[in-house]
Amino acid sequence: MTYKQRIDGRKFDEMRKIEAKVGVIPRADGSAMFKIGNTWAYAAVYGPRNLHPKFMQDPQTGILRCSYNMMPFSSSGERVRPGGSRRSKEISLVTQKALLPVLNLEDYPNSVVDVFIELPQTEAGSRCAGICAASMALADAGLDMKDLVSAVSFGKVDDKLVVDLDYSEESYPDAGVADIPIAMLPNSGKISLLQMDGEVTKEELMKLIGMSKKVLMDIYEVQKKALKDKYKGVED
Amino acid sequence: MSEIKVKDKEISVPGEVLAVGMDVLPGAGTYRDGEKIVANRLGLVMMDGRTVKLLPLSGRYMPRTNDTIICKVIDVGFNGWRLDTNSAYSAMLSMKDATSEFIQRGANLTQYYDLGDHIVCQIVNVTSQKLIDVTMKGPGLRKLKGGRIIEVDANKVPRIIGKQGSMVVMIKDATRCNIIVGQNGLIWIDGEPMNEMLAIQAIRKISAESHTSGLTDKIKGFLEQNMPSKKIHQD
Repeated sequence: MTYKQRIDGRKFDEMRKIEAKVGVIPRADGSAMFKIGNTWAYAAVYGPRNLHPKFMQDPQTGILRCSYNMMPFSSSGERVRPGGSRRSKEISLVTQKALLPVLNLEDYPNSVVDVFIELPQTEAGSRCAGICAASMALADAGLDMKDLVSAVSFGKVDDKLVVDLDYSEESYPDAGVADIPIAMLPNSGKISLLQMDGEVTKEELMKLIGMSKKVLMDIYEVQKKALKDKYKGVED
Repeated sequence: MSEIKVKDKEISVPGEVLAVGMDVLPGAGTYRDGEKIVANRLGLVMMDGRTVKLLPLSGRYMPRTNDTIICKVIDVGFNGWRLDTNSAYSAMLSMKDATSEFIQRGANLTQYYDLGDHIVCQIVNVTSQKLIDVTMKGPGLRKLKGGRIIEVDANKVPRIIGKQGSMVVMIKDATRCNIIVGQNGLIWIDGEPMNEMLAIQAIRKISAESHTSGLTDKIKGFLEQNMPSKKIHQD
């Protein structure tokens, strides 16, 4: 029972400060930035475009290819070395699985939509920030999407259920920690990413999932506003 | 009883509910989810009678039959040429559609269109697998020589052309440049170098302010301001 108050003073169900902007990389077909606390994610979308190598082409649908990359020295913990790692490959894979359900790529056979997520600095919650940025960037690129995707990490520190763990909580030394990133399609409530690092009971997990809808809807409002703000002035 | 949840000309985000009710119809860029009409992309809401549709604000060019586009030759084969259309798909120009001249079988095709050449062509057919056939036989379709080519967002092309071509004709007249606007976002401009620069500036201005009203007058003003009078150029 050591964790009585959050290290940065937030309420247990309070997220860090969020900032989102769309169209930050003009040369990309779509782009967005999503910052949550000190975790900054940039996403650039290129496509639909020609897919090489040819054996990867699918004549029935376009494919989605995601690349997650933390820039060197970006993390709060151990030094991040340049180039990919097993961790970044896995995160690229789960990001792709989290985004694919909202996209309809059947109208672009044999093509690819490339999503590049880069993080200049992170303090936990990077894969969720990446997914939030990527989903805005995909919308900015004019792709057919049923919905956006909103994501944040939930979890448990000691015996307290918390929302949006930061680095000091993720690596809390004095008690058990569970880190549970969740991604959701806001308008249907369907979950497209659910991972867990640590241990919780079944009841705690169901409670966290129950909390997630409201929190993720708040993120959705920020994403919606960022997309609409880019085109403010078009509504004449 | 149906209810429209958004105003006309409002920006809509994917997943946003646009209308509720069975007598509102889903137009382009929207889909029906039970009672709701939902946005299928980022776009501008347009009400058209009982149909709600979304005008795209972004997105790469998607080839359509009958579009006139500017392409670049990227490969020369036995019976035709492969062209880059500035989209995810390349187009095929076959020998028989290339020119009204007679082409000998086995002739060297590069003497007609060589790698790197830009041509104005028309899309004849787009299959479900997005295989594109184009033709060079038609009024105004030809190889482009000289001048320069710029790229704009394909969604801005209707604004750059204007109603019945009024906008692009105004730029052509003011700058005395030849201008061809491809539906795929590639634009060819040919004239005096300074005038070409002015035409490009005008086009970029239209692109940036495509959403504002009174744009035609603004561009007219911009061109008159920057274009020296005709007298100076007649030497």
